[in-house]
Amino acid sequence: MNPFQFTRVTTPKAAITAITKENGTYFLAGGTNLIDLMKREVIIPERLVDINKLPLATIEKTATGLRIGAMAKNSTVADHELVKKHFPLLSQALNAGASAQLRNMATVGGNMMQRTRCPYFYDNSMPCNKRSPVQAGPDKGQANGPTGCGAIGGINRMHAIFGTSTKCIAVHPSDMCIALVALDATVNVSGPKGDRQIPFSDFHRLPGDMPQKDNTLQPGELIMSVDLPTNRFSDNSHYLKVRDRASYAFALISVGVAIDMKRGTIQDVRLAMGGVAHKPWRLTAAEAFLKGKPATEANFKQAAALAMQGAKGYGENDFKLTLAPNSIVDALKTAAKTA
Amino acid sequence: MMKDLTNPPIDRIDGRMKVTGGAQYFADFDLPNTAYCVIVGSEIARGSIASLDTKKALGAPGVLGVFTHQNMPPIPGWDAPVGGEADGPAPKPKTEETYRILSSPKILFDGQPIAIVVADTFERATYAASLVKATYTKQPTRTDLHKHVSDGVAPKGAEGGNYLRGKADAYQTAPVTLEANYTIPVEVHNPMELHGILAHWTAANTLMIYAKTQGVNATQQAMAQAFKLDPKNIHVHTEFMGGGFGMGLRTWPQETAVVAIARKINRPLKLVVSRSQMFTLVGHRPYTVQTINMGADRDGKLIGIAHAATAETASYEDFTEATVNMTKFMYACPNVSTRYRLVRLDRSVPIWMRGPGEATGAFALESAMDEMAHKLNLDPIEFRLRNYTETDPEHNRPYSSKHLKEAYQRGAEAIGWKNRKNEPGSVREGDWLIGYGMSTGTFNAFRWEASARILLKADGSLTIQSAVTDIGPGTGTALTMIAHNVLGVPVDRIKVEYGDTSLPKAPTQGGSAIVSAVGSAVYDACTAIKTELAGLALRAGGPLAGQQADELTLADGVLSVEKEPKKKVAVSDLMQANNLTVLDKTKDSKGGPELGKYSMYSFSVHFVQVRVNPQTGVVRVTKAVSVADSGRIVSPKTAASQMIGGVAGGIGMALTEEAIIDHRFGRFVNNNLADYHVAVHADVPAIETIMIDKPDPIINPMGAKGMGEIALIGFAGAVANAVFNATGQRVRDLPITPDKVMQKLA
Ligand SMILES: Cc1cc2nc3c(=O)[nH]c(=O)nc-3n(C[C@H](O)[C@H](O)[C@H](O)COP(=O)(O)OP(=O)(O)OC[C@H]3O[C@@H](n4cnc5c(N)ncnc54)[C@H](O)[C@@H]3O)c2cc1C
Ligand code: SF4
Repeated sequence: MNPFQFTRVTTPKAAITAITKENGTYFLAGGTNLIDLMKREVIIPERLVDINKLPLATIEKTATGLRIGAMAKNSTVADHELVKKHFPLLSQALNAGASAQLRNMATVGGNMMQRTRCPYFYDNSMPCNKRSPVQAGPDKGQANGPTGCGAIGGINRMHAIFGTSTKCIAVHPSDMCIALVALDATVNVSGPKGDRQIPFSDFHRLPGDMPQKDNTLQPGELIMSVDLPTNRFSDNSHYLKVRDRASYAFALISVGVAIDMKRGTIQDVRLAMGGVAHKPWRLTAAEAFLKGKPATEANFKQAAALAMQGAKGYGENDFKLTLAPNSIVDALKTAAKTA
Repeated sequence: MMKDLTNPPIDRIDGRMKVTGGAQYFADFDLPNTAYCVIVGSEIARGSIASLDTKKALGAPGVLGVFTHQNMPPIPGWDAPVGGEADGPAPKPKTEETYRILSSPKILFDGQPIAIVVADTFERATYAASLVKATYTKQPTRTDLHKHVSDGVAPKGAEGGNYLRGKADAYQTAPVTLEANYTIPVEVHNPMELHGILAHWTAANTLMIYAKTQGVNATQQAMAQAFKLDPKNIHVHTEFMGGGFGMGLRTWPQETAVVAIARKINRPLKLVVSRSQMFTLVGHRPYTVQTINMGADRDGKLIGIAHAATAETASYEDFTEATVNMTKFMYACPNVSTRYRLVRLDRSVPIWMRGPGEATGAFALESAMDEMAHKLNLDPIEFRLRNYTETDPEHNRPYSSKHLKEAYQRGAEAIGWKNRKNEPGSVREGDWLIGYGMSTGTFNAFRWEASARILLKADGSLTIQSAVTDIGPGTGTALTMIAHNVLGVPVDRIKVEYGDTSLPKAPTQGGSAIVSAVGSAVYDACTAIKTELAGLALRAGGPLAGQQADELTLADGVLSVEKEPKKKVAVSDLMQANNLTVLDKTKDSKGGPELGKYSMYSFSVHFVQVRVNPQTGVVRVTKAVSVADSGRIVSPKTAASQMIGGVAGGIGMALTEEAIIDHRFGRFVNNNLADYHVAVHADVPAIETIMIDKPDPIINPMGAKGMGEIALIGFAGAVANAVFNATGQRVRDLPITPDKVMQKLA
């Protein structure tokens, strides 16, 4: 690990000022991802701004739903009564992630901002466009090691099947974000140019020509909180995570389902998938198809087929082309309690 | 033979120390003025260093030196054999390459040390190591065993070459035949504790070492060779180990390098390797491909088996293990042939990993047995019973003891084998398929030479001394139980001192051999003390004069006449009356020539119930029963823990563990504990362990055989067989991950 400066701030304003002032400054939240990246020298910060003292850890009811502070711990959110009662999908997704120890450290903001787990990204001797981008520009970051995409033509069992580019096929690894995108969350950020709101589905981005950019947060911006609108999904929600061991492994495929059911008919539904794309992947075509239809396995299968349009495998991850639709059907059945 | 245990099963004697931080592992030792070193590893797997820039590192704060092939201090005995293995320093067969750490710019494997950075703190050494920059001239890299199977060579030594009984191709003519290929990936021991060493030259030619070694005497020997020292001047200490699993069965080159550098800088020097270096610097279970051909008649009698295994090894050293051995003696089969080959790749050298080659081989053999049973429409246990053998068909001699039939029966009862349907894929619970599987395991029961010293004090306390290291199984606890049983000293008055070369010599802990070897020495030394006590009591004028030695019993510090309990004397009084403060006996113990008349093996049977989700391919082990036929159980609790640990390891081997190499670079991509999946709690169900607990009348005075390896051997096969029973699909490549199962069912 390299030497770095360390400052602790107590107000969002001070945090934003600190990060805007000098290049190479990073917010430090739970540190469960950033510190690992520093140890591997994938990220070499000049300065860390510790934001753990910011008053952003509250979870509170609002007129339209629930507001979760960016510094709330993953475990706190998962165990919160209001979350468990009204947003069980979020609670399930959080508890499916990482380990108890990590969830006790990890924050909501940090979870959204976590980097991909693509092994080439973590190893400076391996080619990776995300770590060592080709283009110059404001978001260039540090060029660390060779460019290229190690995963294309390499070990890509964990990689994306949707929205890839020739530059990068990494996936966003978060479980929590699958629930948040499904539940139509909004991200509240504050930055040097003021406050703004970002619909969750616009927060993360596809790699395109700029795989180094994971999301649309602008330089100097701080995630303040996440808003969840009230819904009618709490009786029929399910987060399915298919992984290589029963706990403490990233998703091969995950599916977040939330259904508003009335007498066997799907009034409304939200569907999102993890482990398939550079961003939490919302299945809008499948949702549109299911709306108003009876909750039958046949309909679930058709919805899954719709969801898979445009999917593409890269060799080792070809199995996801089958595992993904199977998982969608499985998760829908469980959420609809038809299983 | 030992009589029945007089005390209920005891807790692990060092358990409290381990969970309260009282146990000192090698890295816990702190010596004044210690320097720390960090290894910089190669980023290529084959080629040479083109340039190496150490200037920045040398200028970093606290740095005491950067050692590379250009300035590595000499190791005088470098060309001596690389010693330290369990069975002594055997010269390695010649290969086309040699590897001597930091001796040339040549790179032979990923992660090969190219520099060792020394600083006054670990953090500063770590930082300085990151400043060492190398460029390389790469050469084409061969790391993919599948691509190079045809380059296999027959290694020299006992495990190399071919074996033949009867006709090699007899299986071909059988009415029912099977041919199947099985693959085991690279697995890494990954114990919690990282590997390393703390070396301290206490004088010009005397050396103190704290290391993570499974054998302090072996490390002492290896260092004596490397530095041309009298072993007496080398003191090695390893009392506790945070899991060995085989990685500490030899002295690794970086340990020798640390000792050399410590001498050069004239300070104690500590190395703790990183987790990613655990994948390249301390061995692994070798990637192995196997083919089994099997033929049987329609009544389920085996006609022939041919078992061929090809394993990876390094370009610079042949590592062999007993992968095909089980096939030679497990079943009554008239025609058996085996073939074992090595392919020398651009990889670091493997080492035994728990259950070693036998676990690899058992996965193939016991999967094939299950496949054949299915073809014959026989229950897999019934098929094994039809080919059961009471004598060893490989050596034509009796087994010293074998209660495998009973093990099959008791395990089957415990798992509920009667609920298994022979028709695969026929049991469902909701969306999940349910299956049962079983498999046999076996491993040599050894009787190595060992010595131990027993000190019985007049105050009734007893000390056991032996150089043996406890790598985790509870060796101290087992030795305590043996001494307790011979001398009747209460267990809380017994102290064990071990893991140090100042104590009586003992073999390296490995091969499930320590209870048999060191336990026998403890038994013999305790028996000698008992005989002496009896002599004192019985002699003319003694308190029990006139009685016979075989009428005496010894319990709770009192020697008494069995039938007349009123005739007794306290051991302490007896010793005082004879002006003895301590009775002190050291015994060297080894088996006699009569052992050669028998084949000595431990056996195990593993049973599992699995649930398989046919949509996602997820496999969950929902029940596990492991039965050990390993002679007399001297310490029931630690024995059960051995079996439980074997099941946890077996679930990892079966379902999750795989070190993945990107063959374009010859490098691992998952060399960390997030991506290399050992089984976690959620993967491991409640485990039932069953001990047959019948003494082996031949092997040693306790009648005890080893169980560390058999706890794992066969387990992966049981899971694969259960997955087949659940789904009708056979996965022959470990680990059985969801994608493999799901694709077969799609
Ligand atoms: C072994 C392991 C296994 C894991 N398994 C899983 C898993 O199965 N599923 C899963 O979802 N996750 C998993 N994780 C990832 C884990 O969820 C993330 O590491 C964690 O959520 C990050 O949160 P943090 O608070 O520790 O972030 P940090 O590491 O502190 O920060 C991460 C990034 O976010 C930025 N940041 C933090 N807060 C803010 C903010 N308020 N505004 C702007 N930027 C901010 C930081 O500057 C940094 O760049 C795993 C992690 C590990 C180490
Ligand atoms: S997939 Fe993306 S993160 Fe992975 S190697 Fe390619 S560019 Fe890098």
